[in-house]
Amino acid sequence: MASLPPIDLPSNATGSGAFDTPALEEGPALFEYLLRLGDDALILGQRLGEWCGHAPSVEVDLSLANFALDLIGQATHFLDRAGEVEGKGRDGDALAFRRDVLDYRNCWLVEQPNGDFARTMARQFLFSTWQKLLFRHLLSSKDPLIAGVAEKAVKEVTYHEELASEWVIRLGDGTEESRRRIEDGLAWNWRFVPELFESDPLTSFLAERGIGADPAAFRADYDARIRSVLAEAMLDPPADQRPILGGRRGHHSEHLGHLLAVMQFLPRTYPDSKW
Amino acid sequence: MESIRAVLAQVPDPEIPVISVVELGIVRSVEPHRVVITPTYTGCPATRVIERDIRDALDSAGYRHVAIETALSPAWTTDWISEEGRRKLRAYGIAPPTKAAVECPQCGSAETEEISRFGSTPCKAQWRCRACAEPFDLFKCH
Repeated sequence: MASLPPIDLPSNATGSGAFDTPALEEGPALFEYLLRLGDDALILGQRLGEWCGHAPSVEVDLSLANFALDLIGQATHFLDRAGEVEGKGRDGDALAFRRDVLDYRNCWLVEQPNGDFARTMARQFLFSTWQKLLFRHLLSSKDPLIAGVAEKAVKEVTYHEELASEWVIRLGDGTEESRRRIEDGLAWNWRFVPELFESDPLTSFLAERGIGADPAAFRADYDARIRSVLAEAMLDPPADQRPILGGRRGHHSEHLGHLLAVMQFLPRTYPDSKW
Repeated sequence: MESIRAVLAQVPDPEIPVISVVELGIVRSVEPHRVVITPTYTGCPATRVIERDIRDALDSAGYRHVAIETALSPAWTTDWISEEGRRKLRAYGIAPPTKAAVECPQCGSAETEEISRFGSTPCKAQWRCRACAEPFDLFKCH
């Protein structure tokens, strides 16, 4: 798909930080995987929350806030469980509010700025289509928490995918301006899709043990679904771009730090506050 | 002493107080020493309130020793809302979940249409009746 190869990562990176490979033992690997699942949901939930009160109509405002709620619910489950697996006394809140950029394991797609409504919907369409397929594969995970969240969340994500797909179609097959905007939105987000399908030693390790899913297993389904919606929207798939990878190893765009500054400001200023 | 189930039947859903947590179908099992509940939506903020309300109800009925456990699987579905729960939803102005045509809870007409897939809570969508022109909430099939 890509015309240029991804950047080679240092094979000998150690310690904790960007580009590190987690130890391939069941505990640390599961912790790392739960962070990936949880951080994707948390960061996109936070991004969508930025629309609250700003969406083009009240119905859309409600939809995006509800997406955010679903995603933050997923994140709570995954990150609480990650804290248990890690065994260092951190819960979901500690993981969400007291980690810095380099310790986040989300993909680049979810941290991208909202842009206009079309760019947000393009991002949602590309992500929710992927997340639904992922959760379907995780239904049979041997980790009961992952399987349980997948079972609940797959129904919710089906709504996300449907709504985002409907908007891609409505904008693509709409006015000249709406078409231009959704084309721009898809083109902006397109380079972050290959990362969703990146297999690394961690995904292989956990897929072999029936805990995680190898995204390569549903790449063809994803491409078919995306192509079919774009065809209905009378849109051509954007030109392939050099894929950007690294989020799973803690290497992020400059946007994530700004997002975390807003999200973490209150709990870091007033630690452990309750109301 | 009231049975545990009778105590739970008095605990209203915090978002839709006309139905109880039992009628909503989130109480999965009642045993002498534990109650198992299952959340409706993954991120529903009512889940924590429900757990607290159940705790309070059990405590004040003398069931401090009864533990509350949460089970994610099998996932909650609107099929678990009882017939009585559905009747109460309709009387309250919320169309109960249905796979057939959605009927207006005000006038009963099936001439209805969706306004928005999402509403005031994760479990509801906004609909409108073309016969009586009233907007209403639909409890989504889930």
